[in-house]
Amino acid sequence: MSGLLANWADWLPQLWKGLLISLQLTGAALAAGLPLGLALALLTSARTPWLKWPAIALVEVGRGAPALVVLQMVYYGLPSAGINVSAFISGALALALTTGAYTSEILRAGINAVPKGEVEAGHALGMTPGDVLRFVVIPQGVVFAVPALMGFAILIFQATALTFTIAIPELLARAYRIGAATYLYLDVLILAGLVYLAITIPFGWLVNRAARRLGSHLG
Amino acid sequence: MTGVFLALLKGVPVALAVTGLAFLIGAVLGIPLVLMRRARSWLPRLIARIYIDVMRGIPPVVWLFIIFFGLGSGIIALSPFRAAVLGMGLISAAYLAEIYRGGFLTLPAGQNAAAVALGLTRLDTLRYVLAPQVLRVSVAPMATFLVSLLKDTTVASTIGVRDVMMLVTQQAQAAGGGFAPFIAAAVLYILLSIPVAVLARTMDARMRGRIAA
Repeated sequence: MSGLLANWADWLPQLWKGLLISLQLTGAALAAGLPLGLALALLTSARTPWLKWPAIALVEVGRGAPALVVLQMVYYGLPSAGINVSAFISGALALALTTGAYTSEILRAGINAVPKGEVEAGHALGMTPGDVLRFVVIPQGVVFAVPALMGFAILIFQATALTFTIAIPELLARAYRIGAATYLYLDVLILAGLVYLAITIPFGWLVNRAARRLGSHLG
Repeated sequence: MTGVFLALLKGVPVALAVTGLAFLIGAVLGIPLVLMRRARSWLPRLIARIYIDVMRGIPPVVWLFIIFFGLGSGIIALSPFRAAVLGMGLISAAYLAEIYRGGFLTLPAGQNAAAVALGLTRLDTLRYVLAPQVLRVSVAPMATFLVSLLKDTTVASTIGVRDVMMLVTQQAQAAGGGFAPFIAAAVLYILLSIPVAVLARTMDARMRGRIAA
């Protein structure tokens, strides 16, 4: 047991570096994916068919295709299209596409939850449709979507483990490398699992709290 | 593109087998888990809660690595296929227990009260009154979960299961990159999930008519 703990203490700095990369990937995927999700949410409810249908197709394909397929597609596909980027950029881009597709549905539900009377009130006050969207609908719709978006952030953090397959030195990749070097796969992979839990479980509590607070706010 | 698509079809039986068996394990193990989660005494409740949080809090690919490489190095050596089924099954149990729990929560409190008033034992109440209704309201979320499980089982390729995903990677490497194999795979997974989604919608409509309001 003391041997296990000593090993864990030895490995933790390596895994910590990996965790930071996993978190950076999560941050990049959300930073690029959430605006995409909002744009797709607005486009899928657009009245113009040539805006609406391509957006719906993108959302359905993005949600229907496994995240691993999207990841490998970006990683192997971009270079053959003449675009050479680092594995990190490929990974962040792929996770951002998945994020955009999923969060567009979450944001659309949030936007739909904004009472119609508020939109009508905006029009009655002589606001332009663009301003109603910008100052009335989007700010409230996004707030309604916050708990579900936080829940999704946990999923995309977990999905960063997939980027191990495209050689990004994130948490799982580093744990696997230590396992291959020491042959103590079980010990190091359990430690990696605990590190994932150390992020996902407390964040899960925050999601529940946000959901409760927002729920009481909506009355 | 059609050639690639046909090559990928060879991985479909394996992908469906992992998904189907894992779902079956999860659907069965989820039952004792939800009963523990709803137990009167705190100990089974705590154990179930920890199991559910731990299974759902660690990425599926990490679980498969723990089972295949971790337990596989000296404790229990499983084939990649069995390791994937076991891992995805244990994860599914956690998700399905939560779906069942959601089903219990939607039942009107009067159902339980009526069963008690009729003098049914707790087991009979569960068996004849609550469980059949829970199953009906759970059909739609279970089908949604099945679709996401189908997509999540692509991680089985990372431990060497020869499913669609592994064939895609091989095709892409043989072709020297390109989008085509992956687009074919995405289309294939979407096509596979459509029947489940349609079935879920029709089953849900039929089942919802048979629940106490």
